Amino acid sequence: MATLEIRDLHVSVGDGSDGAKEILRGVDLTVKAGEIHAIMGPNGSGKSTLAYAVAGHPKYEITSGSVTLDGEDVLEMSVDERARAGLFLAMQYPVEVPGVSVSNFLRSAVTAVRGEAPKLREFTKEMKRAMDDLSIDPAFAQRSLNEGFSGGEKKRHEILQLELLRPKVAVLDETDSGLDVDALKVVSEGINRFSGGETGVLLITHYTRILRYVQPDFVHVFAGGRIVAAGGPELAEELENEGYEKYVKAGVSA
Amino acid sequence: MGLETASAERPLSTLHEKASYDVADFEVPKGREEKWRFTPLRRLRGLHDGTAAEGSAADATDPVLVEVEAAPDVKVERVGRDDPRVGRAYVPTDRVSAQAYASFTQATVITVPRETVATTPTVVRLRGEDAGHAAFGHTTVIVEPLAKATVVLDHRGSATYADNVEFVVGDGAALSVISMHDWADDSVHLSHQHARLAKDARFTGFVISLGGDVVRIAPSVSYHGPGGDAELYGVYFADAGQHLEHRLLVDHTVPNCRSRVDYRGALQGDAAHAVWIGDVIIRAEAEGTDTYELNRNLVLTDGTRVDSVPNLEILTGEVAGAGHASASGRLDDQHLFYLQARGIPRDQARRMVVRGFLGQLIERIEVPEVREQVAAAIEAELDR
Repeated sequence: MATLEIRDLHVSVGDGSDGAKEILRGVDLTVKAGEIHAIMGPNGSGKSTLAYAVAGHPKYEITSGSVTLDGEDVLEMSVDERARAGLFLAMQYPVEVPGVSVSNFLRSAVTAVRGEAPKLREFTKEMKRAMDDLSIDPAFAQRSLNEGFSGGEKKRHEILQLELLRPKVAVLDETDSGLDVDALKVVSEGINRFSGGETGVLLITHYTRILRYVQPDFVHVFAGGRIVAAGGPELAEELENEGYEKYVKAGVSA
Repeated sequence: MGLETASAERPLSTLHEKASYDVADFEVPKGREEKWRFTPLRRLRGLHDGTAAEGSAADATDPVLVEVEAAPDVKVERVGRDDPRVGRAYVPTDRVSAQAYASFTQATVITVPRETVATTPTVVRLRGEDAGHAAFGHTTVIVEPLAKATVVLDHRGSATYADNVEFVVGDGAALSVISMHDWADDSVHLSHQHARLAKDARFTGFVISLGGDVVRIAPSVSYHGPGGDAELYGVYFADAGQHLEHRLLVDHTVPNCRSRVDYRGALQGDAAHAVWIGDVIIRAEAEGTDTYELNRNLVLTDGTRVDSVPNLEILTGEVAGAGHASASGRLDDQHLFYLQARGIPRDQARRMVVRGFLGQLIERIEVPEVREQVAAAIEAELDR
């Protein structure tokens, strides 16, 4: 059974001028297949940094700690190796790639992750079905990746990629932000489809709204670059009513 | 020479207004001149100072062979210097152009008769046989009223070559030109390609520059009746040590004409140099002009150099649209990260981004064989 283990992770962003700034200050977290973990926290608490550091974005420097996937050292892997090992990051702001069509991109990604090129006909069918499930217009397959997509369309495409790549662990970085209720429902259905089985989910969010549609097994409160509280779904309700205030103070003093 | 008072009616860009068939009317460039400041004169093998012309023996076999595969109904002639159709649409505007005009022995004249719609492209193959001797050429393409044709100028081999190309597009006619520069590494090519558009004429000029040591192409457009429409596209890929220069001029002198310019290039390797000059003038009388020009460069490695200079001069308040943009940047780390985060290895991700960037233009090439050739050539560049 797939397990992502994050141990005492410290991450800095260096900008050269005034030295590196530590953003993550000792994160411990274990995500197993079939589990849904929600990470909630105020803006600037380091939630997205956790997502990008696990995915291997070059901007973030791991200063100490470890990340393993089924015992394999993730931090030793390049960005694409991590993806092929079974990690997936749904981005908060997917970039536009002019001239690279959605279908070309998806097929290249699926080929890389599965280790062999899917048969064109079968892949086309698979892609079309997945697009249908997410109410994505099939015409999007021919468009440039994310170019001119609305915020909601971009997020749905992230989930589309997730469904086609079937990762072991998916990190969703504020996939719910900027979505209207209808789009949120479609995206949540997608998350529920794949989280039921082999995939562990790390759902990073600022709002409790998405947790009405996606039921987390664990809720972690993130503040000041660390997890400052953990619990079950009831913790999300508490945050809904009381906000992050007391945790922000705890995070700063820690 | 007396002092001239600047007039609001006249554009500042007047470099092209000095035009002459006589080489002696142009001073030998020294490298500081606005027109020549980006060009490595020392690598021109004397095309600019007269020495190349002296060396080009008229009795020797022509160092650049011209072979034309014409569409049915399209007439192709090889004519002498005195043919009245040659040199009518364009008067040389720099020293090398005037040298080419003074030194060519035979011109190729391609005529698309009135109302003829050419069913296949007419392909002009220019084969450089010897870069050690300079060659000079002239090509005139005449598309008579209401006719339509596609012409491919396919440059290959080893050459030291200067030429002028005239496109005369008649009333309501349409001409699509693809000028492919896939020279061998030792070639030097300087060319002026002028399109003269009559009323309601349409012209698409595609320049593809891949090979050669120094390639300097100057496409220009003039309008001689309302309704003219010019689209100028360019794709280039500069490797280590290569100098690829494109100097565009669109001179809107007539009301209600349109122009679009989109040039995109990639650069890789030490001292790869791309120059793009885009001059667009909208004169006071050219009301209702609609123009947009764009140049983008994708820098793939350290050590390259890009000079991109868009100039847009508007002398009337009554334009339908006018804009320009120039952007040169490194291959975007965000793009690579996104593709890699989906399992695509870095090198493949890089290829996808470059292919995508240039592909948006390449897919506009109307001739499938050329389109495939260009796509394959880009792949070969990426393999280097």
